Amino acid sequence: MRGFGGSEFSVRRRFRDVVTLADRLSESYRGFFIPPRPDKSVVESQVMHKQEFVEQRRVALEKYLRKLAAHLVIRTSEELRMFLQVQGKLPLSTSTDVASRMLDGAVNLPKQLFGDSRSVVTPHEAVQPAKGGRDLLKKFRELKQSVTNDWGNSRPPAVEEDKEFMEKKEKLFDFETRLTDVSKQAESLVKAQQDMGDTMGELGLSFIKLTKFENEAAILDTQRKRAAELKNIATATVRGSRMYRELNAKTVNNLETLHGYLGAMLAAHNAYSDRANALLTVQTLLSEVSSLQSKADKLEAASSRVFGGDKTRNHKLEELKETMKITEDSKNYAVREYERIKVSSAEKMANLWSKVAEDTRGYVKDSS
Amino acid sequence: MQQNQRSSSSGSSQSPRSPQSQPFLSVSVSDPVKLGNGVQAYISYRVFTKTNLPDYQGPEKIVIRRYNDFVWLRDRLFERYKGIFIPPLPEKSAVEKFRFSAEFIEMRRQGLDLFVNRIASHPELRLSDDLRLFLQADEETMERVRAQDLGIFKKPSDLMQIFKDMQSKVSDVVLGKEKPVEESTPEYEKMKRYIFELEEHLGEAQKHAFRLVKRQRELGQSLSDFGKAVKLLGACEGDSLGKAFAELGTKSEELSIKLQAEAHHLLMSFEEPLKDYVRAVQSIKATIAERATAFKQHCELSETVKLKEINLDKLMLTRSDKYGDAEAEYRELKAESEEATRRFETIVRLMNEEMVRFQEQKTADMGVAFHEFAKGQAHLANSFAGAWRGLLPKLEACSS
Repeated sequence: MRGFGGSEFSVRRRFRDVVTLADRLSESYRGFFIPPRPDKSVVESQVMHKQEFVEQRRVALEKYLRKLAAHLVIRTSEELRMFLQVQGKLPLSTSTDVASRMLDGAVNLPKQLFGDSRSVVTPHEAVQPAKGGRDLLKKFRELKQSVTNDWGNSRPPAVEEDKEFMEKKEKLFDFETRLTDVSKQAESLVKAQQDMGDTMGELGLSFIKLTKFENEAAILDTQRKRAAELKNIATATVRGSRMYRELNAKTVNNLETLHGYLGAMLAAHNAYSDRANALLTVQTLLSEVSSLQSKADKLEAASSRVFGGDKTRNHKLEELKETMKITEDSKNYAVREYERIKVSSAEKMANLWSKVAEDTRGYVKDSS
Repeated sequence: MQQNQRSSSSGSSQSPRSPQSQPFLSVSVSDPVKLGNGVQAYISYRVFTKTNLPDYQGPEKIVIRRYNDFVWLRDRLFERYKGIFIPPLPEKSAVEKFRFSAEFIEMRRQGLDLFVNRIASHPELRLSDDLRLFLQADEETMERVRAQDLGIFKKPSDLMQIFKDMQSKVSDVVLGKEKPVEESTPEYEKMKRYIFELEEHLGEAQKHAFRLVKRQRELGQSLSDFGKAVKLLGACEGDSLGKAFAELGTKSEELSIKLQAEAHHLLMSFEEPLKDYVRAVQSIKATIAERATAFKQHCELSETVKLKEINLDKLMLTRSDKYGDAEAEYRELKAESEEATRRFETIVRLMNEEMVRFQEQKTADMGVAFHEFAKGQAHLANSFAGAWRGLLPKLEACSS
């Protein structure tokens, strides 16, 4: 692929770097179905033998990176390239640094509370959902908005217009439930097949013992003939048992794919909450715009009653107009981001369906 | 049933009766019906007899019998025909809730039918008065006779005790008996060993066969649940893929039904016959115990007679007045001893004949049972192959 400068390279990375990569990707590619990264699972590392744990983690990481590389959009990302190619320390700044987040938030809060327009954040930052410590005020506003949404008992207008999306979303989660069911049933099917194979094997063995015994003790010719026939049946039974075992091994392999899909469902869930958050941001900004507008109107009305204009009020009005413009820009950015997520969701959904079709076809064929 | 066909042929070849009309005796056990209430409830069976034998009432007769009536017949035959392998009865006990399940009742009916048919086709047993009473008497008479004979016969537990005595040579020595009173010719040892080992092997095969029935049922259930889940999943899809999922689900459900049917067939036509032969071998063991008792009696009486003879000679030499009485006693004892010896020798002869007959029957019956097993498995495998093969082109078609 272009942009990588070279076809083969290797770097050393630690698990924390993977966490960083995953977090940065989830920020940059909001709305996409991003494959979930392997768990941190601190408990397991204490329970398992170190060797076992390390190997399991290695396998999981390999699977994860392969999925990223197979994702048509994410494979072009700068973050992934940096992870895979840049030697030495990973140059991605972690976005999960709790301390600096809290600090950021604390620094910004007083300015925001006192209406210092110069501390309004850039549109890009405005568009991100409020992250805890970083933006306490934003968090409050969004909370207020979501409460309004819920308590108002009315669907936010932006969602209502997109019935198709809601239908598709419901369909996807329906799909997930049914997929989980199939997976569960497939597992008990595998167990039943396993038991069949085992019992057939034991039955075949008991036949072999019986026929050997009868053959040795035979006093009639018919007995000897029957003993020979029984031996054939015994062999066939044992062979049948072996076939069940083979069939089962194949079925278990195909189950892997099924379980992979359940993982993909998790990605879908995350993407949906990205979208929901984006929508929330849009709505928050929308209502902010409208409240700023009404403030501006009031100020204008008030200052127009003062002869010659009210210098302070005018100054305030100017400031307010500036704030409005920036907020308007933020809102526009938020709307664009939301639209982008919508589009990518739809695209990803289409991709997911066709991939499922492809994979489950292979699964069914092999279970015969 | 095989047994019915054999009854006419064996009757004509071994019966001493006139060869003009071939004597036949054909029986069947059918129509289980639940009678009585609560704890006293039981199943009654219809026993239908068709025969041209004299002493039997009319060409056809139907009577109603219950399980305990069959037990009575078995016990009486066992008492009267020592040396002959009495056909086994299906199990006596059953877990309470299982006792009236359709499957258990059918298994028992099949076993009872087999039991009566084997008696009716045995050259000696078929002539028994007890059999005739069982097949012909009205229900009140049957009940009365059964109640009378309760407790008179040796229970199987008594026989097992004799068995245990027979096997503990050590206790004989401890009790001061000089020689172990047990038969031990190489042929007889071989026969005993064969019977004991046969029980083991048959028992193991039967145990696994029973498990296989259970597994097939479980697999059937699993496939059915799987099919349903797949169908629901397919409903999420559209067009050809959705149809393919629906097909997969339907086929799975169809196969599940076939599996359940095959499991039932496996139970009735393979597992039950195996179980039946395990019981038959156990019945042979009971006959072996009888032989041991007879042998012991024959030995002991022979010993006693020898001693009495020595004593008698002494009395003769001393010209004692006790001689007269002693001689009478001696004659009596000698007659008894000869009777015991005769009884024992009859048992030995009969058992040899029975062994041959047993092997013939077992070979035939087991042949049929294994054939049914193979047939059933082949049928099942074909169903599976056919179902999946039919599905493949449909799946391949929607891989666009």
